[in-house]
Amino acid sequence: MTPQSTFMITATVRVGELKNLRALLASLNQEEIPGHANPENDLIPFGKFDRLHFARFVIIEAKTAHEITAFGVNPRPWRPTLAFLGDIDGDRVSFLTQLAEHAASGLKQIFSYCEDFSEEDSDLLEWMKRHNVNQQANYVNWIGRTVKQIHEEAALHQSLSAYLQQIVDEVGRENIRQLRQKLLSYVEMEKHKGRLTLTPPEPTPAGWKTKNLAHKFGVPLILLLVSPIFLIIAPFFAIRLRMLERSDPELFIRTSREHIKTLTVQEDWDVSNQYSVFGDVKPGLFRLLTFKFIVFLTDYIAKHIYNRGYLTRIKTIHFARWVFVDNNHRVFFASNYDGSHESYMDDFINKVGWGLNLLFSNGVGYPTTTWLIKDGAQREHPFKYTQRRHQLPTEVWYKAYSGLTAVDLARNSRIRQGVENRQWNDAELREWLSLI
Amino acid sequence: MNKTSNFEFDDLQGLLRFGHGKLTDTCFMLLNIADVNAAKQWLSAAPITNASTTDALPDNALQIAFSVEGLRMLKLKESVIEGFSDEFIVGMTGDESRSRRLGDVGDNTPSKWEWGGSETAVPHVLLLLYARQGELDHWRTTVEGEHFATAFHLLSQLPTQSINEIEPFGFVDGISQPTIDWMQKQSTDIHERDRYSNLLAPGEMVLGYPNEYGYYTPRPLIDPQEDRLAAELPDAEDEPRLKDLGRNGTYLVIRQLSQDVPGFWQFLDKEAASDADRREQIAAAMVGRKRNGTPLIEQHIPGVAAEDHGNNFTFDLDPKGNHCPIGAHIRRANPRTGDFPPGVTGLFSRLLKILGFAQAPEEDLIASSRFHRLLRRGRSYGPVLSPKDAVKPDAPAGDRGIQFICLVANISRQFEFVQNAWMVNSKFGGVQNERGPLVGHRKPLIDGQSTDHFNRPDAAGTMRTVCHLPQFVTVRGGGYFFMPGLRALKYIAATPANGRDSAS
Repeated sequence: MTPQSTFMITATVRVGELKNLRALLASLNQEEIPGHANPENDLIPFGKFDRLHFARFVIIEAKTAHEITAFGVNPRPWRPTLAFLGDIDGDRVSFLTQLAEHAASGLKQIFSYCEDFSEEDSDLLEWMKRHNVNQQANYVNWIGRTVKQIHEEAALHQSLSAYLQQIVDEVGRENIRQLRQKLLSYVEMEKHKGRLTLTPPEPTPAGWKTKNLAHKFGVPLILLLVSPIFLIIAPFFAIRLRMLERSDPELFIRTSREHIKTLTVQEDWDVSNQYSVFGDVKPGLFRLLTFKFIVFLTDYIAKHIYNRGYLTRIKTIHFARWVFVDNNHRVFFASNYDGSHESYMDDFINKVGWGLNLLFSNGVGYPTTTWLIKDGAQREHPFKYTQRRHQLPTEVWYKAYSGLTAVDLARNSRIRQGVENRQWNDAELREWLSLI
Repeated sequence: MNKTSNFEFDDLQGLLRFGHGKLTDTCFMLLNIADVNAAKQWLSAAPITNASTTDALPDNALQIAFSVEGLRMLKLKESVIEGFSDEFIVGMTGDESRSRRLGDVGDNTPSKWEWGGSETAVPHVLLLLYARQGELDHWRTTVEGEHFATAFHLLSQLPTQSINEIEPFGFVDGISQPTIDWMQKQSTDIHERDRYSNLLAPGEMVLGYPNEYGYYTPRPLIDPQEDRLAAELPDAEDEPRLKDLGRNGTYLVIRQLSQDVPGFWQFLDKEAASDADRREQIAAAMVGRKRNGTPLIEQHIPGVAAEDHGNNFTFDLDPKGNHCPIGAHIRRANPRTGDFPPGVTGLFSRLLKILGFAQAPEEDLIASSRFHRLLRRGRSYGPVLSPKDAVKPDAPAGDRGIQFICLVANISRQFEFVQNAWMVNSKFGGVQNERGPLVGHRKPLIDGQSTDHFNRPDAAGTMRTVCHLPQFVTVRGGGYFFMPGLRALKYIAATPANGRDSAS
C-alpha cells in the first residue's frame, strides 16, 4: 500500500506584486473555466505528475481579520501569502524533488513574486522544503488508494460496462455465472492486449508502517495515562466553556454578493469542488488548547478509523486538512469535495453539525454553540454566512480525475475486487454485476 | 395571540394554502409597471385572494407576486430590499454561476428564453388569475378595472390549459406535496425526526415562522420608529420591536418548461420496439409512477393518510432502486429520506449511524428531505396529445409544457438545491452519470463522459440501460418573485412614490 502525504508551500507575497501574481496564476488555468488548472499548462504541467491527486494555489488574505475586534482584541497584521498545496501518493520529499525537476522554471516564475526568493541563486527544492508548512490534521478519503489505481480502476469499469451491455442480451440477465465468466475472460484479454492494467499495490514502506502503528497505539496509551488529569480539569473546563459560550460575541454578518460571486464563478464545473477557508482562533489560551486538542483527535481518527471512504456520515470529501499558522493565531482549512457548495454545507449541517461545531466553533465568527457540539451550524444562516465570508477564492485548482466522485472511486475499487477475488455466492455476484 | 390555534390565514395569499384546482381557467400575466402612482392605486384596491376558508368554494381567485425590479419600481427602499435573500435580489438569471448550477445551459441558456432571460428582462409583476370554466374573461375585466392599462404594461400572457392534473407527457401531476403543519405541532428537533414525514414546519413555506431548523429565515424587518407606514405590518416574532415585511409572504419561483411530447413518446416507442406495454414500463420507470400516479413502491408510512395511495411510501425498502430506479424523476424530486438512514431503533444503533459505521456503500448518500421541499402550484399548457397519438410519426406538433411554480421560504436551500443536487446532478444518490430523465439537460461531464442515459437497477444484477436520451424538457422562461402577505402588500402599495421616507 502506498500511503498519501501532503505538501503546503507558503511564502509572503512581495509588496505590490499581488495583481501580477494573480495574473500569472490565472495563466495556468483553462481559458473558459475560471480557477481550473489546465493539466498541460506550460508552467506546471500538473497532469504529468502521476502521483498528484489534488493541487491548488491560494493567496491567503486576512479579509476577515477585523472580526476579532468584537472580542476587544486588535487584529494581528497579516501579509498576503501564497500557498501551494497538494495531496500526493508517497512521501513529500521525493515528490517535491520531481516537481523541482520537471516544473522548475514555472515554479521559479511563480515564487519570484514571493519574498526571500530570487530566481537566480535559489535552490528551488531546498527553498520549497524550507517553506513547507505541516498540517495539524489531515483527512484522506481512502488511505492507500493511488492516482494510478484510480485511473486503472476507472478504465476497468468503463470497459466492463461497455462489454456487459454488449453481451447481456445474448447471454441473458439471469445467467449470472456465464456473464461473470465472459466478463472475466474479457478483462484477461484486454489486459493481454495492453488496454487494461491492474497494477498490484506496492509494498507498504516499513518506516511508515512502524510509525503508523506506534501512532495508532501510542496516542490512546498516552491519553489513558493523562486521563486522571483530564478528569480533574473536566469540571473547570465545563464551567469555563459555558461561560465563554454565553459571553462570546456572535457575529451575524452577511457575506457580500461580490465576494460570493468571486467564489461561485469557480464552482460547479466539475462534479467536485474546492474549498479554502481562513480565519482567526478565538482569543485566549482556553480556546486555542481546545481547538488544538480537537484537531489532534481528528487527525488520529482520520488516520486510524475514517480511512475507508467515509468521515462519519460524509462520503463526499476526498481530502481535507487543518493548518495552524501565524503562531497558532490563525487557521487555514482546505478540502476537496463532491457536489455543489450548498449541498456540501447542508450535508454538514444535517449530518455532522456536531462535528463541525467541535472543529470550528473555536474560530472567530462561528455561530454560538452549546457544550461545543450543539446549535452552532444548525443556526443555518449565521453558519452559512460565516463559512462563505471566511472562504478564499482558489487561484488554481487541479484534480487528477475529473468526472469522478469519491463514491465512484469506491465503486470502481469494488468492481476491481470482484475481478480479483473470485469466491462468490449468487447474491454477491448479482451485487457485483449491479455495480458495473 | 396564540400562534398554535390561529394562523393568520386572512393575511396569507390563498395560493399558499390552496392550489385553486377547481378554478380550471387561468391566466398568468407578466407585467411591467408603466405608471408607478397608477400601479400603487391599483394595488391598494386589488381583490387579492386570501387563504381563509369560505362556506362555498370561490368562483375566482387573484394572486400577485413581485420581482426585485418590481419592488424597486414601487420605491421600496433599498435598505428594505437588502433584507431579502441574495437569490431573490440577484434573480434566477442574474449570475452565470447560478445558471450553471440550475442546469440552465445549452438549450436551456437564459439568453434563449422567451421571457425573463436577462436581469433586465424579468417582469416587475406576476399576476395569477383563476376562474371557473368560461368565466375567466369576466374575472379579468373585474380585476383590471379602469386604470389597469395606464398602470401596467402587459409583457406577455403565459399560456395555461386545464387538463385535469395531467401534465403533457400524460402523467398525473402534483401528487407529492408537503402538508403544512399550520398548528406547529411537530417538533423540528433532529433527535425526533429520524424518519421521513410529509408534515412540514410553516416556516419552510411562509416567511416569518420557524422553519425546519427551528429558526426564522432572514427577511426584511422594519423599525416602525423610522417608518410610520410600517406600523400596520405584522410584528416580527423573533424581533418584537421590529415589523415583519416578510411575514405571511413567500418566494414564488416560476419556470416555463417546454415539453417535447412527441419526442418523448417516440423515443420510448423505439426503445420498446413499439411494444405499448414495454413503452409504458420504461416511461413509468423514468417517472417513478405509472401514468395514473400509482407509485412503483408499495409501503405504508406514518404521517400520510392511508387513502393517499400516491404518497403512502418511502424508498427505504428499495435502497438499490430495483423497484423504483434511484434516478427516477419522483425519487430525485422528493427522495423521502429522513434525518437518518433506515435502521435506527435505539440509542446504540443511533450512535453507530451518527458515527457513520455499519453502513452499506450506497446508504446515506442523499440529504434529509425535510429541508428541501417545494410547494408546487404549476399549471400545464398546450393541446392534449395522448401517448398513443404521440408515437405516430405524424403526431401534431405544438407548444406544450408546464408553467412550473413553487413556493418556498428559502430559494437556495429548497428550489435551487432540489434542481441542482437532485434533479440535474449526474451523481445523485450514487447514480452513474445520469441526469434527471425527464427534466435534465444532457451535457456531458467536464471530462467528456456522457450523461445521456438512464439506468434501471434490476434484482437480477445487471442494470437495464436506456442510452442516448434526448433532452425532453427545455426551459423557456423563469424568475424569482416575492409573494407578499396582504398587509405587506398594503405597505408596498402605500410607500410614497417619490421614494422619500414617510416619517420625514
